[in-house]
Amino acid sequence: MASSESGISIHHLTVGYNGRAAVVDVSLELQAGSICGLVGMNGAGKSTLFKALMGFLRPSSGSIRISGCSLRQAQLRQLVAYVPQSEQVDWQFPIRVWDVVMMGRYGHMGLLRWPSVGDQRRVQSALERVDLWPLRDRQIGALSGGQRKRAFLARALAQGAGVLLLDEPFSGVDINTERLIIDLLLALRDQGATVLIATHDLESIPSFCDRVVLINRTVLAYGDTSEVFTQTNLLRTFSAAPSPSAPS
Amino acid sequence: METLLNPLLQPLIRPLEMLFMQRALAIGVVVAVVCAVLSCFMTLKGWALMGDAVSHAVLPGVVIAYALGLPFALGAFVFGVGSVGVIGAIKQHTRVKEDTVIGLVFTGFFALGLVLISKIRSSVDLTHILFGNLLGITDADLAQTVAISAGCLLVLLVLRRDLLLFCFDPSHARTIGLNTGFLHYLLLTLVSLAAVAGLQTVGIILVVAMLVTPGATAYLLTDRFDRMTWLAVLSAVSATVLGIYASYWLDASTAGCIVVVQTLQFLLVMVLAPRHGLLAQRARQRASTQGTQSL
Repeated sequence: MASSESGISIHHLTVGYNGRAAVVDVSLELQAGSICGLVGMNGAGKSTLFKALMGFLRPSSGSIRISGCSLRQAQLRQLVAYVPQSEQVDWQFPIRVWDVVMMGRYGHMGLLRWPSVGDQRRVQSALERVDLWPLRDRQIGALSGGQRKRAFLARALAQGAGVLLLDEPFSGVDINTERLIIDLLLALRDQGATVLIATHDLESIPSFCDRVVLINRTVLAYGDTSEVFTQTNLLRTFSAAPSPSAPS
Repeated sequence: METLLNPLLQPLIRPLEMLFMQRALAIGVVVAVVCAVLSCFMTLKGWALMGDAVSHAVLPGVVIAYALGLPFALGAFVFGVGSVGVIGAIKQHTRVKEDTVIGLVFTGFFALGLVLISKIRSSVDLTHILFGNLLGITDADLAQTVAISAGCLLVLLVLRRDLLLFCFDPSHARTIGLNTGFLHYLLLTLVSLAAVAGLQTVGIILVVAMLVTPGATAYLLTDRFDRMTWLAVLSAVSATVLGIYASYWLDASTAGCIVVVQTLQFLLVMVLAPRHGLLAQRARQRASTQGTQSL
């Protein structure tokens, strides 16, 4: 299962804004069937790395391959799902929970995005898996913080992608939602998914992350959680001032 | 019975007997529908200023197209989308902030249009372009506006789900393989085409009201996008018909009357909307403070 052709593989990636590199020479191999925590200070390059993984920033050098495909191919094949930070979402948007989750199926539909019975069934089962089925007709902002996160996770489930990118999924959620999200991620991992999760919630990392990446503009340490997630490494990650050329 | 109703209906029916009023109403309603549907995306995307910019920037394109005998729409398209390209390029390569760049570029394009109009000998009347000429519409104008509007509506209908996703969550749109750059420019192209269509009714200066106000009004009335679209259309069409009649009765600027009616509609909804209106909010606040007091 965990061949070198599946999962995320990043080779000597350098990427930034307006010619200023925010992430320098990052190389990572994330195998299918694993959960990897991405840890670093604010401004250490976590969101830059995510933007590169979603194709919003073009690398100035290096490459990203997903399940053996180029990024664009992987996107067109619905291999990548993204769960955004809460701050990036317009919660006043006139859209129901059901519609948000259905957007996970758009890539599988025809030009008119007309949902088939199969699409509807997938949306239903995704909503049931995150305990949001009874709230499907609510406007998306009428949910609690934890429910909002679960709605976007349901969208990723409905999409059925093998690679999941989650940006701060535990910020502002209750303990039950955190447990539910972790259990879901573990289940997805066991089905062969590759999960990359940027988080500030250091305490929970050992309980579900198989691997950890510590970054500050470049990879400081990467490996099994038990080996890499140590006091010394964390101190290095969070005490070092970001290098002067990094954008603030 | 007839004699009783006549004095009431006369002011409504009499204007309809005149060809120019029939045309004004027809073209006004067509433009109102397109702009209203588009306005839903503009308000949700937060592109009011961008709409303003694009609609002003089409001016030189319209003048050049007129001088060369090309369709207005072509010139407007080139300059509308061109202005967006210029805005993007300046923003990316300099430290100047986006709203400054937008303000700078659209006034620059607009000024260029003014210079061209005054230098190119043509029958284009500046005031008609700037403020509309709803009461002097020719068959050719009508045909062109209907063609542009039908085209825009068809695109909006077919791609409305993609456009909605693009407004709501461009990151997700991108990760599932949608071409967000294409959707971005498509929306802006539709705005420049709507600006050309709106040129006849309300003119370049006020077309941004058609592209923003109905969407904003509808946004306060519902939490569902499809209903928002219908409400925006309803509001825009009723404001256009009312505005045209008002301008007839008052012998006042047609464009002005339409936009004033639209703005009044918005203000009314802002106060009275069932859930998002100011009165409803006030009532909710009072209820919650009373609730805490009684506890």
